Amino acid sequence: MARVTGYEMRMDTGDESLARAAAAGDGRAFAVLLERRYDGLFGLAFRLTGSRAEAEDLTQDICAALPSKIARFDGRARFTTWLYRVAVNAAHDRRRRAASHARAAQGWGGWEIARRAADTETAEQVDWLIAAMAALPEDLRDTLALVLDDMPHREAAEVLGISEGTVSWRIFEAKKRLKTIRMQEDQA
Amino acid sequence: MSDDLDDLKAAMRAPAPDAETRATHLALAQKNFDRLQESGAQVRPSSNRPRSGLWTGVRQMLTTLTSRGGLTATTAIVAVALVTLTPIRDMVLPPVGPVLTPAPAPVEDLAEAEMAVQQDRPAQGMDNMARPQLAKRAAQPMSGAVATPMAAPTITPPMPRRDITLPEADSERFANAPGNPVHITAETPVSTFSIDVDTASYAVVRNALLNGALPEPDMVRIEEMVNYFPYDYAAPDGDAPFRPTVSVSPTPWNAGTQLVQIGIQGALPAVADRPPLNLVFLIDTSGSMDQPGKLPLLKQSFALMLGQLRDRDQVAIVTYAGSAGQVLEPTPASERATILAALNRLDAGGSTAGQAGLQQAYATAAAMAEEGEVSRVILATDGDFNVGLSDPAALKAFIAEQRDSGTYLSVLGFGRGNLDDAAMQALAQNGNGQAAYIDTLAEAQKVLVDQLTGALFAIADDVKIQVEFNPAVIAEYRLIGYETRALRREDFNNDAVDAGEIGAGHAVTALYEVTPVGSAAQLSDSLRYGAAPVGGTADELGFLRLRYKVPGGDKSVLIEQAIPAGAAQSEAGFAAAIAGFGQLLRGGTYLGDWGYGDAIALANAHKGADAYGYRGEAVQLMRLAQSLAAR
Repeated sequence: MARVTGYEMRMDTGDESLARAAAAGDGRAFAVLLERRYDGLFGLAFRLTGSRAEAEDLTQDICAALPSKIARFDGRARFTTWLYRVAVNAAHDRRRRAASHARAAQGWGGWEIARRAADTETAEQVDWLIAAMAALPEDLRDTLALVLDDMPHREAAEVLGISEGTVSWRIFEAKKRLKTIRMQEDQA
Repeated sequence: MSDDLDDLKAAMRAPAPDAETRATHLALAQKNFDRLQESGAQVRPSSNRPRSGLWTGVRQMLTTLTSRGGLTATTAIVAVALVTLTPIRDMVLPPVGPVLTPAPAPVEDLAEAEMAVQQDRPAQGMDNMARPQLAKRAAQPMSGAVATPMAAPTITPPMPRRDITLPEADSERFANAPGNPVHITAETPVSTFSIDVDTASYAVVRNALLNGALPEPDMVRIEEMVNYFPYDYAAPDGDAPFRPTVSVSPTPWNAGTQLVQIGIQGALPAVADRPPLNLVFLIDTSGSMDQPGKLPLLKQSFALMLGQLRDRDQVAIVTYAGSAGQVLEPTPASERATILAALNRLDAGGSTAGQAGLQQAYATAAAMAEEGEVSRVILATDGDFNVGLSDPAALKAFIAEQRDSGTYLSVLGFGRGNLDDAAMQALAQNGNGQAAYIDTLAEAQKVLVDQLTGALFAIADDVKIQVEFNPAVIAEYRLIGYETRALRREDFNNDAVDAGEIGAGHAVTALYEVTPVGSAAQLSDSLRYGAAPVGGTADELGFLRLRYKVPGGDKSVLIEQAIPAGAAQSEAGFAAAIAGFGQLLRGGTYLGDWGYGDAIALANAHKGADAYGYRGEAVQLMRLAQSLAAR
């Protein structure tokens, strides 16, 4: 049985105060906080990546790096806002890496390209919406992933570092494109 | 229109996280958190010993990875000492421990720092030892070795730590270390290392060259290239498991030095007498294996191997992907149709869960084992092996325990892309097995048919080599290759320290480049205030000591032999050509203007009978490398 501190007793302790305690080196606070927010984080990772395997990898990346990141949590943003920003950045990072991997692969023959194509096919086996979402440009997709998490536009704007108006425009644009994709598919 | 969003919302409802994965991730985060908090207190003296085991493998991954791109900041030295935990490269840890002064570091240290930073492996495998080790290296302006021939890192003024941008990485990982430096005999007369029978590096290099690219320097482990080829060493007499042969020849690339070639030939017991084999194929069937060069090649390779098995041998197949499963229960090798049918049913799909599969494979092997039989797990993977997700220390202990109970582990790598060479090597080293890389059916033929007996039957375990050079004769020496196999001097006599095994009929070759006293090629000047000239006779170059254990035994046996000066002068042979080739690919600094053309000429002159055509292929590869390098 783990040592019970005040955090388990007072589950209403806010994310932000836990995060500040974790930033100051409190391991229990960190544990309680991550336990509380893990499912939400995984959900976002799923929407950002569109597959369970990718989402698990992304979540692992984030979990591994979070201890070092949280030391810089300064309490100016809500913790979930901050956490989701970390997640979106980590997702960008993974995509960049995948892209450079594909570039690097070109000199090595077709195997890597084939692997990526196989990955894409797997993704297409899931619901068309997920696949269609994957076809969206990254910025639209990230925005959608956040808003679909019932996050208000204002907060999504904060996570992405853009204006609320831009979030609304992106959602509108994303819906328009999804509709186009669906129409093309229906005609095909 | 708003329906669309609701549809999407429903479709994108994330599945609940897998409970086990969730627990693993939470534990990982907590571990990193705790380590970060403690890291200030845990500075330990460096062990410059990348040996035995998974820890080591993981540490090597962290400290010596393939480099791509340029390093942008000198502060990376500081970052390395502190960072290393983050899989996401532009997250840099804030300083929690004592901060090192980023003294102007020699180029190789920067290169190494870059390699360490570049890895994208999750942090949990990090051994705290790596940090002081790096710190120590950064502080030592030593070693004439240059890690990689990449563009010299640009040195920019220190920047705020958060702004450091780290270079991109891919997901291939190669275990390597900076080339061995030249040692001054009077200061460090003793050189100790573990033998290495792996050949994976040669196959990876070949794959790169055949695909029209020079291999990256870190892909090249020279000893694995040299050991890829059979040599004509004298076989041991009587009951001895192996016999050392030492010869000295002029160095092809340096008139002022000599090459000391130490060849160790393992005995080939009468094949007819071999004990029955229990083989458990542990096959990676994760989604990424679904490519022509992977699962299909693997099936063909194992089918080839089946022809070599006897009726009393048994085969079982365990797969891992998502969940581990036994797809073929232990079956006598005589039932070839059953085994082939099970092989052909294998299908790639799902994600990788290596450790569960490994446990099941070992359990299967244990169930098959009977007195007097040999059990081995053969892991076949494209490198997507999740050793890191669970506790690496526990996994290492697990494999080592299985090894001690008599079940060995060999690792076969297939395909390229996310080949986790370092993890493969670490696993095989820990399991007393061989790591080989199979990219063609011909290579499968070599590893699984021609050399099957050696790969599957160990004749000596924990084979260590120690050479003491005589400072009265040898001024300087340099071990070519074996960078990842170096041992500490005191480990030689310590039977608890693991080392490599030799299989039946295997030959292992090690090459030293030595500079005789008084040679113009001597790189270091003698000390003005140094010790008085050392005693010792001048008729020995050095002294060779070998230690090994009988398989399954725990006490080592010592073999000693003097290396006479002037004796056994022979012509530099094929091994020298390959060692030179390897150094060219690594961008070694000791070759002067000796180039691919010289390597080709030397190799051609010593092709010998070349019954299997391996040497002829090597010459082709040298020619390819020559053309690619000239581009």
